[in-house]
Amino acid sequence: MSQQPDSTPLLPPPARLAAIVGCERNEIIMEYDYATQILEGSPRAAARLISWLEDEDERAYEWMAKLYPHTGNAYIIGITGSPGAGKSTLTDKLARQIRKSGLKVGIIAVDPSSPFTGGALLGDRVRMSELSMDPDIYIRSMATRGFLGGMSKATGDVVRVLDALGKDVIIIETVGVGQDEVDIIGIADTTCLVLVPGLGDAIQSMKAGIMEIADVFVINKADKMGADQLCAEVCGRLDMDAHIKPSDWTPLVRSTVGVEDIGILELWEAIELHRKFLEDSGKFQEKRRQRTYQETLRMIHAELFKAVRDALQVNGRLDRAVEDILEGKRDPYSLMHKIVSEWLSIPQAQKEAS
Amino acid sequence: MFDEKVLQNIKAGKEKWDQGPVAKTLAKNPEAKPNFTTISGAPVERLYTPLDVKGLDYDRDLSYPGQFPFTRGVQPTMYRGRYWTMRQYAGFGDAKGTNERYHYLLNQGQTGLSVAFQLPTQAGYDSDHPLSMGEVGKVGVAIDHIDDMRILFNRIPVDKVTTSMTINAAATVLLGMYLAIADEQGVTWDKVGGTVQNDVLKEIICRGQYIYPPKPTMRLTVDLIEFCQKHVPRWNTISISGYHIRESGSTAAQEMAFTIADGIAYTQACIERGMDVDSFAPRLSFFFNAFTNVLEEVAKFRAGRRYWAKVMRDRFKAKDPRSMMLRYHVQTGGVTLTAQQPLNNIVRVALQTYATALGGGQSLHTNSYDEALCLPTQQAVTVALRTQQIVAEESGATDTIDPLAGCYYVEDMTNKIEAEIDDYIKKIDAIGGGLNAIDQGYIQKEIQNSSYRFQKEIEGNERVYVGINKYTMEEPPPTGLLKVDMSVGEQKTLELKKFRAERDNAKWKAALDKLRQVSQTSENVMPSVIEAVKAKATVGEICDVWRAIYGEYRPKEFV
Amino acid sequence: MAKKIKMIMAKPGLDGHDRGAKLLARIFAEAGMEVVYTGLRQTPEMIVAAAEQEDADVVGLSSLSGVHNYFFPRVADLLKQKGLKDVLLVGGGIIPTEDYDGLKKAGMSAIFGPGTPTTDIVSFIENNVRKR
Repeated sequence: MSQQPDSTPLLPPPARLAAIVGCERNEIIMEYDYATQILEGSPRAAARLISWLEDEDERAYEWMAKLYPHTGNAYIIGITGSPGAGKSTLTDKLARQIRKSGLKVGIIAVDPSSPFTGGALLGDRVRMSELSMDPDIYIRSMATRGFLGGMSKATGDVVRVLDALGKDVIIIETVGVGQDEVDIIGIADTTCLVLVPGLGDAIQSMKAGIMEIADVFVINKADKMGADQLCAEVCGRLDMDAHIKPSDWTPLVRSTVGVEDIGILELWEAIELHRKFLEDSGKFQEKRRQRTYQETLRMIHAELFKAVRDALQVNGRLDRAVEDILEGKRDPYSLMHKIVSEWLSIPQAQKEAS
Repeated sequence: MFDEKVLQNIKAGKEKWDQGPVAKTLAKNPEAKPNFTTISGAPVERLYTPLDVKGLDYDRDLSYPGQFPFTRGVQPTMYRGRYWTMRQYAGFGDAKGTNERYHYLLNQGQTGLSVAFQLPTQAGYDSDHPLSMGEVGKVGVAIDHIDDMRILFNRIPVDKVTTSMTINAAATVLLGMYLAIADEQGVTWDKVGGTVQNDVLKEIICRGQYIYPPKPTMRLTVDLIEFCQKHVPRWNTISISGYHIRESGSTAAQEMAFTIADGIAYTQACIERGMDVDSFAPRLSFFFNAFTNVLEEVAKFRAGRRYWAKVMRDRFKAKDPRSMMLRYHVQTGGVTLTAQQPLNNIVRVALQTYATALGGGQSLHTNSYDEALCLPTQQAVTVALRTQQIVAEESGATDTIDPLAGCYYVEDMTNKIEAEIDDYIKKIDAIGGGLNAIDQGYIQKEIQNSSYRFQKEIEGNERVYVGINKYTMEEPPPTGLLKVDMSVGEQKTLELKKFRAERDNAKWKAALDKLRQVSQTSENVMPSVIEAVKAKATVGEICDVWRAIYGEYRPKEFV
Repeated sequence: MAKKIKMIMAKPGLDGHDRGAKLLARIFAEAGMEVVYTGLRQTPEMIVAAAEQEDADVVGLSSLSGVHNYFFPRVADLLKQKGLKDVLLVGGGIIPTEDYDGLKKAGMSAIFGPGTPTTDIVSFIENNVRKR
């Protein structure tokens, strides 16, 4: 706690709690307290914890448990839309706009991992490089690492880290794969769907059912041909929806020209209006409750799955079962039931031993 | 060009040759590799015959030099009248040192000047701006204001030499300074000749010296073109550049295609400004690369001339033949130079020079053999210039016009490259034109894919690069490299402080205010730019006026 | 989840020739790394801020305009100042061999000149990167 965040080398702790903090001459072994460091605003401690979360490194979770009580304060904005819609530029400009009101901003920019090599090119910083000089902005690029839904698996956890780090607003910029971006609504308080003229976005989104996820529509590149038409299409659709299925929130539509910084203030105001609506209507609490419910379930699911999978892999049982299925000796349905019921009936101590 | 009977005979003969001698030889000795390709990856056949060019129509496709479609050249006598302009790009350190090198080059028989500006000047920053740290005088001369420009052209009469300036986003400012110098020398603007690169689109595509977003930066480009069309008639208002597109990894055909796409975008913008196509198109010039595969380069130049002529005639309805001429400067390929065994580069540059001569270029810069190591030394620059002189005066390449016309291989390749250009232009039109294609990163991605393919070929030893992946050897580290004095930056910072302190502040402020006001209207900015440089506004100060109004460009696409 | 090498690929200064930097970024990604490309016109401060926020294992600098002696040591110093001592710092571009020693003394782990096979660069990184 007495350490200066900027002068302490951050070395990998060999065990969960203890880290070796190497000084050139005297090596002292002491505890590096990631939770405290992060709560005090150390970007470096946050950076390392995020890496562990991405790696699903066991070391992360203890610190996450410590940080959890300090989270839930940040407002979370999702920016989604098809590739080429200008999401990064909008995120950059929106972050600058938010900084004008003194709020601290965290940005999570997600890009896809290659399914073939596992590597990734994370290019979103190109459009945000000046932001990195602002100590009250933290940008993290993440690769999806095979996770679908336009985000990385760890995104929800990373949001919490940035929240604990003291960011007031966290912007998640999704991959932009088009159709399976709906996961963002599980995390974001306000989801902005970015559409541009000329890409057939509106029709695609309507088909894919992605229109429903937006709290705010952003018609970006509004200076391009077809922008007015796109705007009209979206508004028409929203009118229609409002008649069929009345709701207390009618999504707002805002036009922007990201590269020229036009319409960004209006976009931020729209997001704030939505926030106010959520808070006034009690939807905010409802949303958070749902999110916590889903997350808890997901965490249990992930941990259970991992435990069962690991156990089946260790003794080679899974491989043998697959052989049997392929040879027609058994079917996967009965096998699944057998394994699950076995797992549920054995005492706890034995599970850990297996 | 061939009658049907002759072609049938050739076809029969070729088949016989294929099945006989060729098959027999291949059975005994297979060829060195299964596929032969040009450096751009275009397939190359074992043998070309009249069969490959049977569709060629002489009058339609080739015609005569100086006549539509200009395939064989833009002038009736080409190098028999006058060689290409030998124009070495030079500039480093401060204005005084660069001026001395210009005098040296002119004394050595160079026929035109080509100014290399330091990166801060190109990016619109003064030498004392934080982003200029470490860069001052590095890859070009440091020019911050009119006093620097005066020193740069000391004892160089601007009505006697033509000057080419590699300046793009800040082109209006540097042209403004040049015209102010002309005024000081008592030379009227109608006698001033030269070129500004002024090609901001390729800065966004690949060269990185952009300042403003595409739309406002295009406005400045068109302002300059419009101003010169009225007041500086001998000035080449833009040099639409494929050079850097090629350097960043494109193929020969892509270089030509994307440059023409940019050319179309500029022409369109000028027409939208209300200019008549024939009033400005004759002053559009181009700038290309020359790589070492001589025949492919020649085909590229010929295909480009033919395609551009058709674009101007058919798409833009130009009437003046000069509007249809693809006139261009060439620089030998910087990326083809190797740091390994640097003297080998002299041979590469010689072949590239030969390609330029056979391809019919209007001016040429030859790279120095040590440029993969450092800024060129005087000795290396001299060899580079001599290379041009040897090709011009000894090789015979200049004695007759377009000597490779009728070569089956070159004519076939010319056709194929032209078809590829057409294919790209159609795709870019479908995207909504050059600006949109750049905005969406289409052009950048195409170039990056070619660059990647080439790198993989080198690393997989599928393509030989002498000194890199074959015939390599241990070498002692090179010596005698030119180093720019790091103190230029400090000197410039002190000097700028003095310059700003001593100028007439009221006059300076009034000029910048005027510029700011004009820039917010649709009035041409050039007169106010000239006023501002005369009132001692610096490059950075003028560019800042526009930064405040237009914003700054941030690149958008990556891989 | 397998750990990935995270790399920052940056171009310090005003040089706009990013063909090599982009090409390498792609090749590193193909080698399984997660590569953050920062784009052009980066100051040492921006590069180090990115390295810190991204928890980068490697920082790669590319320079073709002769400014390496100015920028590379500054990045190295700033990394040290921020306590990011175990970050592998490498560079490449048009850099005279006579400058290599000075740059290494200043904190660069390796300098890769023009024509270096990219496979060599990849294996250097893989062999020298920290464990976290």
